[in-house]
Amino acid sequence: MKVEQISIFIENKSGRLAEITRVLGEAGVNIRALSLADTSDFGILRLIVNDCEKANAVLKEKGFTVNKTEVVAVEVPDRPGGLSQILQALDRENINVEYMYAFVERCGENAVIIFRFDETDRAIKALQKNSFNVLKGERLYSM
Amino acid sequence: MFYNEEFETLPRPALEALQLKRLQTMVARVYARVPFYKSALDKVGIKPAQITSLADLQKLPFTYKQDMRNSYPYGLFAAPMEEIVRIHASSGTTGKPTVVGYTQKDIDTWAELMARSFVAAGVHKGDIIHNSYGYGLFTGGLGAHYGAERLGASVIPMSGGNTKKQIMIMKDFGSTVLTCTPSYSLYMAEAAREEGVDFQSLSLRVGIFGAEPWSDSMRQEIEGKLNLSAIDIYGLSEIMGPGVAIECLEAKQGLHIWEDHFIPEIIDPDSGALLPAGTKGELVITTITKEGIPLIRYRTRDITSLTYEPCKCGRTHARIARMSGRSDDMLIIRGVNVFPSQIEAILMGIEGVEPHYLLIVDRKENLDILEVQVEVDERLFSDEVKHLQALSQRIEKEIKDLLGVTCKVRLVEPKTIARSEGKATRVIDNRKVQ
Repeated sequence: MKVEQISIFIENKSGRLAEITRVLGEAGVNIRALSLADTSDFGILRLIVNDCEKANAVLKEKGFTVNKTEVVAVEVPDRPGGLSQILQALDRENINVEYMYAFVERCGENAVIIFRFDETDRAIKALQKNSFNVLKGERLYSM
Repeated sequence: MFYNEEFETLPRPALEALQLKRLQTMVARVYARVPFYKSALDKVGIKPAQITSLADLQKLPFTYKQDMRNSYPYGLFAAPMEEIVRIHASSGTTGKPTVVGYTQKDIDTWAELMARSFVAAGVHKGDIIHNSYGYGLFTGGLGAHYGAERLGASVIPMSGGNTKKQIMIMKDFGSTVLTCTPSYSLYMAEAAREEGVDFQSLSLRVGIFGAEPWSDSMRQEIEGKLNLSAIDIYGLSEIMGPGVAIECLEAKQGLHIWEDHFIPEIIDPDSGALLPAGTKGELVITTITKEGIPLIRYRTRDITSLTYEPCKCGRTHARIARMSGRSDDMLIIRGVNVFPSQIEAILMGIEGVEPHYLLIVDRKENLDILEVQVEVDERLFSDEVKHLQALSQRIEKEIKDLLGVTCKVRLVEPKTIARSEGKATRVIDNRKVQ
């Protein structure tokens, strides 16, 4: 029930994001979701892609520092209060969110929230116990 | 004005005769008391009795900072501990400091030479000396302090830091003389402006600045902002501390080195050959009156030149030009000596850190800024910002704890720091010092 995400270290200087997306584009890798964490000195680009292995390989070849991390994708109805319900449930279970980002599915009825937890397995159990739809990786990669 | 007119204006023949006599006594002393020097002289086949002219000094071997480190802590002392009344130390490349010891006579000499330096800078009895050199293992604070007391001036033992309080005291106590690093003086000027204190309204007349290299343009800036006459002072703990050489207020053309206690030479740092007066090279100093830790031909690594031209102040002692650089890679950051190898050792002690780093030194708002660039590889990289920030902070803290210098760590992408076939470029110094 876990989803593979790749993270890339980028220095805060112009052209780095363009370079990463160019490398991925030329390798035929499609980006499903992304988030960028930035500080004054550096940034961390987090991506869900259709082909994680390939993205990892081509970026490393170009000298980027890349990590693979397991995250959790949860589907919620795209309406007011949808995200709040998940977060309240996690709070009740005392589960800490390291970071999260979201995107809306193409058909527009559901949103997908990507979570990074420090205790991934416990978080998945808690989400399922509260009847949330935890998505499989394959489902996300091929969306 | 002189503090010790007889010795400060000694005619050169008499000065040189005194130097030779003192050199002979010193060489005999270290040959008899310091195993390092006995073996060094035996190696080149010289006995102390064979020193019959000042030119014979060239036959003697050099002493390097590494020799002091190898003898850590007391190996080069030429006096028993019963006679050592003070110990100071400065930082070294391995994290172990360079240790120096003073007998009571050494402390007295230092106080006199520092008093001479004050007078050369135009300071006199009745002056209120605001001493912002650090007190402690560093020689700056206590060196200037003892000299001020010897002169009979009033000394305020401020030490460094707590700048707001420094400004308040300077204003309320009517300080007339300021002693600190040149960069700290400009920092004080900024702080005073923020506090609404105008240096034009203060009683400061003279500033004696040293412990780091500074340029003539910085002098103009200091004199303009602090409304005082800025004097360059030179010293290093291995030789004594502050007061080895100083500019005279009359000429401000080079720093008089107190030749009745030190013999200066300028050499080619690569070949070791003696260079003629007026030529730039590495300053080498022999201490001829020290008892605690006398040094023969100590390689200071400071680049300067020497002139024996008479000076309009009347002192007969040679002058060294203001320091124009170093012949090794030592950096002086806010008065603290830092070797790139020390930072390398700290980085290598942190798991996952590659030995690829770059030090960038700059001067912003008159303060030295050190940036340490470190490459982030996969072992260090985390997808969470807090882990990377913790890594930066850990490196910053270790550098602060071990070297006493504040720095900013900047994480950079792998392979972005230039590799080179030979000696890698580890330092970019953007400070403007002529």
